[in-house]
Amino acid sequence: MTIAATTAEVKGTAWMRGFRRNLAGYLFLLPWLVGFLGLTLGPALGSLYLSFTDFDLLRDPRWAGAANYVRIFTADPKFAESMHVTFVYVVLSVPLKLTFALMVALLLNRGMAGLSLYRAMFYLPSLLGASVAIAVLWRQLFAGNGLVNQVILMVFGIQGPSWISNPDYALYTLVILSIWQFGSPMIIFLAGLRQIPQDMYEAASIDGASKWRKFYKITLPMLTPVIFFNAVVQTIEAFKAFTPAFIISEGTGGPIDSTLFYTLYLYQEAFGYFRMGYAAALAWVLVAIVALFTAFSFLTSRYWVHYDE
Amino acid sequence: MTSNRPSVAKPLAAHIALMLASLVMLYPLLWMLASSFKPEDEIFSSASLWPSHFNLDSYIRGWKGLEVSFGRFFWNSLVISVLSVIGNVFACSLAAFAFARLKFRGQKFWFALMLGTLMLPHHVTLIPQYILFLNLDWVDTFLPLVVPKFLASDAFFIFLLVQFFRGLPRELDEAAMMDGCSPWRIYWKVILPLAMPALATAAIFTFIWTWDDFFAPLVYLNDMGSYTVQLGLRSFVDSTGKSDWGGLFAMSTVALIPILIFFLLFQRLLIEGVATTGMKR
Repeated sequence: MTIAATTAEVKGTAWMRGFRRNLAGYLFLLPWLVGFLGLTLGPALGSLYLSFTDFDLLRDPRWAGAANYVRIFTADPKFAESMHVTFVYVVLSVPLKLTFALMVALLLNRGMAGLSLYRAMFYLPSLLGASVAIAVLWRQLFAGNGLVNQVILMVFGIQGPSWISNPDYALYTLVILSIWQFGSPMIIFLAGLRQIPQDMYEAASIDGASKWRKFYKITLPMLTPVIFFNAVVQTIEAFKAFTPAFIISEGTGGPIDSTLFYTLYLYQEAFGYFRMGYAAALAWVLVAIVALFTAFSFLTSRYWVHYDE
Repeated sequence: MTSNRPSVAKPLAAHIALMLASLVMLYPLLWMLASSFKPEDEIFSSASLWPSHFNLDSYIRGWKGLEVSFGRFFWNSLVISVLSVIGNVFACSLAAFAFARLKFRGQKFWFALMLGTLMLPHHVTLIPQYILFLNLDWVDTFLPLVVPKFLASDAFFIFLLVQFFRGLPRELDEAAMMDGCSPWRIYWKVILPLAMPALATAAIFTFIWTWDDFFAPLVYLNDMGSYTVQLGLRSFVDSTGKSDWGGLFAMSTVALIPILIFFLLFQRLLIEGVATTGMKR
């Protein structure tokens, strides 16, 4: 056997080994790859195309240029209304929910007895909250003769209005429902609080720092990465909220569009009126809003998020 | 730590505040449970947690359902959820193994794309997916709800498992490789058995999220015979919601039972799952 032949053989087996390694990798990845190409990338490109067409499922899509987008931003009062409703919901529910989550986490973090019991009780609404059953319950709680009004009548002797059928209040009942589910950000805050080294507090105590000062100078800055994370995740979730508004308004977004969440409007356009092209454009506007918001958060984060390194 | 322990009064005040808060939070749930055992006229006249006449009429009425029995909805939800758990855990663990334990060309590229899909609102793929499933004649079957799970469509779980797989010691694979184990055997015999806690977390959350899912069944299931529990509840609201609160509460309670069972059995695992992966709910 010549030397040349041997190196060729070695090269051959090295190539074979590389091939087999790649093959194994792609075989394991195969289900995800098929899903990614067939159910995510392909459909995403498809909906981008559809967003420039008129399409009602019956006839072939007809090219419409930017007409859908022009209509969204200039001639669609329902879009404006749903945007308004969604922004009010996001701006109210996310900060309130996170404030609650942080307050309870701080209370629980002081080495309380029964910590795991409290934690579990506060987490339960988060776990159940997305259920239709909970939306049904909420509808009843805030109905004219619901539990909330029964309590108001008992305590104050006043007959409250029907909160869910009043356009001035309906959205706020959904905000309360969202705050009620503060459990999962609370757990994430608790995990974050555990990461703060105790010796920082001890050093501050020796220097005679007050409790409030310790919170302001140690806890809060050390927790900013977790606050940032929770804020981004919860905001994206709030933009996508659907089920409670659908159940409480029986799919209408009423009364008078006061609970017309963006996703609910999108659903109506797609599966109520079968304006698939228009709904696809609405979906891409949602993506753009979420992307803009996320980019904005990451850009501003370096001014207030404290990374320890 | 013990030196700056607060006085006795402070934890007491904190306990009272926490207990009041949990009572306020859980009261609606307990009240719903109580109302499901109350006669209809008592639901709106009493905020009490104890029914004056304890009866099961609401359950019997509710279970009969509309044209289709609630038992059917329950069965449908169960089938969809169990299949989803199997598909999701299997497909996501395969992908996670490839990302976390193997080396191949293009790995980083695909991993970055996978992470990208985590942020993508599903509304963007909704309409073409619907058209695809419509053309495959899958609308009004469980396939549009289950098949994507076998294709690891929820990247969050891949991410969760990648994190866990990466934490397992590398020497395990190397030793197994020396012994001539194929990647498949390493995945099946070494990694999966060690990853049981992560797989269980993924399985439980998949079950709960599928059980709770409202949007996908709303889009894909139109025939009442194939309704899930969530859709059944919804049509209950629309048709009898104003007249039969008892039945509605009884079936709402029934709809929450599977989640409550998981919560009671596995709450530690669930809470750890949220704490370590930053889950949204």
